[in-house]
Amino acid sequence: MSAHAIHATAPPPELLARLHGILAQVADPEIPVLSVLDLGVIRQLEFRADGRLEVGIAPTYSGCPANAVIKTDVLRALRAAGFDAVAVDVLAPPWSSDWLSEEGRRKLREFGIAPPSHAVGSARSLLRGDAPAACPRCGSTRITRQSEFGSTPCKALYRCEDCREPFDYFKCI
Amino acid sequence: MTPRCRYVLRLADTNLVLAQRLGEWVGHAPALEEDLGLANVSLDLLGQARLLLAHAGVLEGRGRGEDELAYLREESEYLNLTLVEQPNGDFGDTMVRQFLFDAWQAALYDGLAHCRDAALAAIAAKGAREAAYHLRYSSGWVERLGDVTPESHARVARSLAALWPFTNELFADDEVDRTAAAEGLGLLPSTLEPAWSAQVEGTLARATLARPAPAPYGWYGKQGRHSEHLGYLLAEMQSLRRAHPGATW
Repeated sequence: MSAHAIHATAPPPELLARLHGILAQVADPEIPVLSVLDLGVIRQLEFRADGRLEVGIAPTYSGCPANAVIKTDVLRALRAAGFDAVAVDVLAPPWSSDWLSEEGRRKLREFGIAPPSHAVGSARSLLRGDAPAACPRCGSTRITRQSEFGSTPCKALYRCEDCREPFDYFKCI
Repeated sequence: MTPRCRYVLRLADTNLVLAQRLGEWVGHAPALEEDLGLANVSLDLLGQARLLLAHAGVLEGRGRGEDELAYLREESEYLNLTLVEQPNGDFGDTMVRQFLFDAWQAALYDGLAHCRDAALAAIAAKGAREAAYHLRYSSGWVERLGDVTPESHARVARSLAALWPFTNELFADDEVDRTAAAEGLGLLPSTLEPAWSAQVEGTLARATLARPAPAPYGWYGKQGRHSEHLGYLLAEMQSLRRAHPGATW
């Protein structure tokens, strides 16, 4: 899918660590507690033959307005650090909630968003439905779905029947 | 335009037109949750449409990008399925239209994810998850509306009867489909019918609705011959771009 450069080279380990350090500071525009690394959208970091740094970014939801913002923010951060960066879209393999890092799942829970409850597997398995494991605030499993769609494409809206608080659920998709 | 390009453009236009229709609900849905739901489904379809339009533009090779294809083609150049240009009607009409479409698109993307057009396969693999989620939403509403009150049952049965004739086109093969399928770059629409029927019959049974009898109608939106509704939709969608050529954000 990407206009992948033929003679691309991977950055040496120290440089890669520095790039990761920069990207760890780039927040998801909708869920600022997550970095783009936590979200699992950075698929490749390579230097092309022409010396430019190519960043492969996987879109989350096909139509999520945050995709364009993520690309802009990633390029801005890398360029501010002196890298001549270009972005390419990576569609395959597609992003899914399985790409969230463990760190990202923990951050979501602490932020009050229930993380995806299980691995997605096939698209057909989504038809059976999914639900958060527990309320991210009090841990209760007595929860009720309010809406399959929430404030952003990636979230659904739930309510806890014990602490009575509404909360967002990061959907399995 | 090659059959391969036309095949992709049909999928792109079908998504784009339905995304536009669903967008008309924003601010008007019966509850906030459904307003969010319809807008989210619209957004997914629009995102897929953009990828498909860009791919069609590359296949066409005349330098047209997603915006030129979306905003500067006439009604007869649009190749969407006639079902998706039908007016929103009431919430039940919209949900029945969405359900008939989602069941078709879920089967379509399942198959296209393995086609030999790598770009199309990637878009389909990604879209398959979104389509499954949409189908869960729309089939749930068809079941509830069909099975909750005599009033909702009667109205959603009328929606189903009115929209059913447009489903013939979902499974009608023509020369474009046959060429794309023969090269492994697309699917024959008729091959999607069994999976679609199984899904539709299961949901209709739970909704206590009967499957309508086959209707002897043919629609040819995917060949550029549309119902009377598409022109108005395009007029609204394209007016800004046509009034201000070259305008950008």
